Amino acid sequence: MPDPHTAVSLRGVGRRYGERVVLRDVSLELAAGQTLVVFGPNGAGKTTLLRMLATLLRPHAGEIEVLGRALPQDGYAVRGRIGFLGHEALLYRELSGRENLRFHARLHRVAQRRVDEALDAVGMLARAGDPVAELSRGMVQRLAIARTVLHEPELLLLDEPLANLDPAAAAQVAPLIGAGSSAARIVTSHDPTGGLVGADLALGLKGGRVAFLAPAASVRPQQIAELYA
Amino acid sequence: MRATVAALLAKEFTLEWRTRESVPAMVLFSIATYVVFHFGLDRDRVTGDIASGILWVTLLFAAILGLNRLFVSEHEQGGFDGFLLAPVDRTAMLVAKAITLFSFLCIVELVALPAFGLLLLGPPLTQALPQLVLVLVLVNAGIAVVGTLVAGLAIQTRARDLIVPLLALPLLVPVMLGAARSATPLLRDGGAGALPGNWIAILAIYDLLFALIAYAVFDFLLED
Repeated sequence: MPDPHTAVSLRGVGRRYGERVVLRDVSLELAAGQTLVVFGPNGAGKTTLLRMLATLLRPHAGEIEVLGRALPQDGYAVRGRIGFLGHEALLYRELSGRENLRFHARLHRVAQRRVDEALDAVGMLARAGDPVAELSRGMVQRLAIARTVLHEPELLLLDEPLANLDPAAAAQVAPLIGAGSSAARIVTSHDPTGGLVGADLALGLKGGRVAFLAPAASVRPQQIAELYA
Repeated sequence: MRATVAALLAKEFTLEWRTRESVPAMVLFSIATYVVFHFGLDRDRVTGDIASGILWVTLLFAAILGLNRLFVSEHEQGGFDGFLLAPVDRTAMLVAKAITLFSFLCIVELVALPAFGLLLLGPPLTQALPQLVLVLVLVNAGIAVVGTLVAGLAIQTRARDLIVPLLALPLLVPVMLGAARSATPLLRDGGAGALPGNWIAILAIYDLLFALIAYAVFDFLLED
């Protein structure tokens, strides 16, 4: 019986690409409304972990439950409740920001008024009519954040969400994807101090294995630095 | 599913209108090929089975150009992931892409068919047109369904420009056969003959069969 208070539950989860194992034996539980920050060097398996939770990849070992539903078999039931912000913006370059968000609003059956609300929240209302191809990386990232929260998801999967954002933009999007958001969050980060702010749990991955999993308050910067050594 | 297909179609046509990547290339290819046939065969006019063969082979190769572009925006700009993250019936993408390709082929034929009539065809195109339209609709449907399935399969591979024709052309041989046999009597000198009902039926059955196969397997193509 799934626990309604658990946002994410992983038991012995593994994943490989061909013969190469990129994630092995990851187990954790994240309660609804909590934040997990994931540290690890490039290739540690952070993005793979998020993509499995977003239903974009199947696990090759172990069990995953997201928002009380088992993946991948119940993926259809949770897709509309997850907001995924990856390295790609998932926006069409030849469409404007507003057209892209309208497209996603239609796919998620979200009222069209939410499009302008989301654009306003990320400070992109004035440039909403410009093709994405003509925007800076930071602006595209802000649009990607608007796309991620458009359908007001219960679980946010954020892969280095503040990449390309200036401090003002990062402050502007904080209520949407930061600790103030009511959603459960899994955030990848390379920032040993800033990444822990607002986090409840911290996971360190190295070579696809769990190096540490502990309450964020108890994780020392030295432990994070050792991941990158 | 209807709302999802409508959203995808609106996006497809807007992207094509902005980029003009597929339809203009298909149109130019068709006209250029008819010009090459015109000079290559050293004949001002062709009729019957030769005319039918030239017509369909040219349209088929033009369609391959469109097929190679069909999923490029999804692959290169993250459209697949954006779509897969939404709580929608994934078959909607098959339906939308097939309708898109069907529409592109119809637009191409609006230009290519008169060009064929002008550059190569002996008898006037108008005499065959009403019945030819039925054959075109069935051929376009076959190419759209088979092509969408193949393009969806090939887009995940590195050599998609090679894989698409290698897979699509053999699968479309029955469509070409039906199209050529159906159109030959229509393009004869001395007036259009009767449309061969058996070949029209074969085309329709082939379209239906592949539509069912595509419907059954397309979801798995999008899976990890």
